[in-house]
Amino acid sequence: MTPLNLEPNFREAGKRYFNAYTPGDDFYESLINTHRDLSDEQSELLNARLILILANHIGDIGVLREALTIAREGV
Amino acid sequence: MLKTYTYPKFEYTPPPELASGKTLRVPAIVVGAGPVGLGAALDLQLQEIPVLILDEDDTVSIGSRGVCYAKRALEILDRYRVGDPVCDKGVSWNVGRTFFRDQEVYNFNLVPEADHHRPGMVNLQQYYLEEYMVDKADKTPHIDIRWKNKVVSVTQGEKTVTLKVETPDGFYTVETDWLVVADGARSPIRHMMGLEIEGKIFMDRFLIADVVMAADFPAERWFWFDPPFHPGQSVLLHKQADNVFRIDFQLGWDADPEEERKPEKVIPRIKAMLGDDREFELEWVSIYTFQCRRMGSFRHGRVMFVGDAAHQVSPFGARGANSGLQDTDNLGWKLKLVMDGKAPDALLDTYSAERTFAADENIMNSTRSTDFITPKSKASKTFRNAVLGLAKDHAFGRALVNSGRLSVPAFLTESALNSADADAFAGRMVPGAPMDDAPVIENGDDGWLLDKVGNQFFALYFADDPNTLDGKTIDALSNLSFGNIPVQPLVISKNPGTVPGGIPNIEDPRGVASQRYDAKHGTVYLLRPDQHVAARWRALDPAKVKAAVARATCNA
Ligand SMILES: Cc1cc2nc3c(=O)[nH]c(=O)nc-3n(C[C@H](O)[C@H](O)[C@H](O)COP(=O)(O)OP(=O)(O)OC[C@H]3O[C@@H](n4cnc5c(N)ncnc54)[C@H](O)[C@@H]3O)c2cc1C
Repeated sequence: MTPLNLEPNFREAGKRYFNAYTPGDDFYESLINTHRDLSDEQSELLNARLILILANHIGDIGVLREALTIAREGV
Repeated sequence: MLKTYTYPKFEYTPPPELASGKTLRVPAIVVGAGPVGLGAALDLQLQEIPVLILDEDDTVSIGSRGVCYAKRALEILDRYRVGDPVCDKGVSWNVGRTFFRDQEVYNFNLVPEADHHRPGMVNLQQYYLEEYMVDKADKTPHIDIRWKNKVVSVTQGEKTVTLKVETPDGFYTVETDWLVVADGARSPIRHMMGLEIEGKIFMDRFLIADVVMAADFPAERWFWFDPPFHPGQSVLLHKQADNVFRIDFQLGWDADPEEERKPEKVIPRIKAMLGDDREFELEWVSIYTFQCRRMGSFRHGRVMFVGDAAHQVSPFGARGANSGLQDTDNLGWKLKLVMDGKAPDALLDTYSAERTFAADENIMNSTRSTDFITPKSKASKTFRNAVLGLAKDHAFGRALVNSGRLSVPAFLTESALNSADADAFAGRMVPGAPMDDAPVIENGDDGWLLDKVGNQFFALYFADDPNTLDGKTIDALSNLSFGNIPVQPLVISKNPGTVPGGIPNIEDPRGVASQRYDAKHGTVYLLRPDQHVAARWRALDPAKVKAAVARATCNA
């Protein structure tokens, strides 16, 4: 099983980066843009859908449990 | 008045044209003696173009403006021979601390990357930068600065741009072949010419305070998100020269600028931040709003826009003056080739193409920082706070914290002036890349690669041993300097020695340059006058160099 990766890990196929911060900032911008013009309730729903989609993609429930624990710790 | 700085007053002399009534004609005029106009003049002068600068004022930048000058700007200033005073007076900082509410979430130490002449950035009040640039310009023949000369109208004909200039003693007219517009964000000339600039204003206000503090306060950059002393907003503190500290308070859109500027409002804010017992004095206070926008094209016929006149960004990440100096870096050599008839007029369109590409990158990065620092919706704020929470324990969270990304030059990878790689190379020195520096030795003296190239095209030839270069290579290298657009050969070698035939030679004693440029014996880089890579090969082929020079000058 691949352990939960908590190191910077964003990248995009076909893209070449000259600055380490660029891929993370690319992702973050897309994330915030996806929420543009939504009400708070709609944003919550979007987040829930997103988590479910990504969780299914990861699939490995061991990894997901680890992520769930870390996410919960900070709340 | 500032307590640590006395503004110089530059001398106004009535222009001779006022008395003579004659119309002066010059090859190039720069309007605006801010950092970018001065940079433009110094660049043109290095190209042996005499320059007239017109500025409506007679001193340097007033109050709190630019602070951070990043590595590429410092390297350009080195080429203009003003890098030393800026770096000597400027403050270097390495430690940055990020706070969220009442806790430090993490800190970083930006140890400057070894084997570069200049650090990632230095902090210095903008008026010092301008003072040093004016000083340099004054000592430079063929730069004539006219203070208290305000441009009030601009008319463009096919071969001439005509300016009407207002002075304390009346008006006069001057004609020029080329006009460089560096008249700042409000750009009166942009308005006179009826040109648009598009983008957005950030609906936020910032209180910018410069304060003088006791010397023991650390030279670090501190950034607070939602601190107890200024809830819900952000605060930035960093050090400039003379123990002056810059403090930026985010105020929100509804703040009343007149009210917030008052010392009785500002001092308690700063006290709450520093703790009550620390002594400080207010040096300057202002309220700003910021915008991110640029002109569609930076070129309009014989008129070139540079600096804030052409593009503006929010100051998170310090891209204003830094990117303006990259404009002048890009423009000078192109203007010279076109003026001399050695390149078609289309070369000047690539000034706009390359610099709008860079401006878009700058606008993107500073917009991203602004959106992170001042989230515009509840969802955005929740994500921001989640990132800050995760940053304390997890590297990926730290990488996402965006309190302003350091200004770095654009890699002009899309430029039509590049010749694509035909040979395989690793590393970042791709065609269009701004050159990486490296330590070198010339005639036994330690120096830097970037000080050895620039202002004209160079062919940088990597060799193991300069003494044993074969005659054919030596002839081919020498002949490069005889073209219509000369290419100066420069051999860089692992071993010390001398290249037969008088071709200049530098050493790469520890192989840093070879490593950064992924070079082997025989590798050649064609370098532009603005220290960008134009093309590179694993072996020298004069025909290919010639073709790449043609391409890099729109002569292909
Ligand atoms: C709070 C703040 C922080 C900043 N921090 C940074 C930073 O850390 N790093 C950075 O790189 N940048 C920073 N900037 C941006 C930086 O100050 C500007 O990008 C820079 O001054 C632009 O230089 P310029 O020469 O294009 O224009 P300006 O400096 O605005 O100069 C324009 C000149 O044109 C002259 N002029 C105007 N109209 C006329 C006319 N009609 N005739 C003749 N002359 C005229 C003016 O007198 C002036 O001298 C900051 C800005 C602010 C406000």
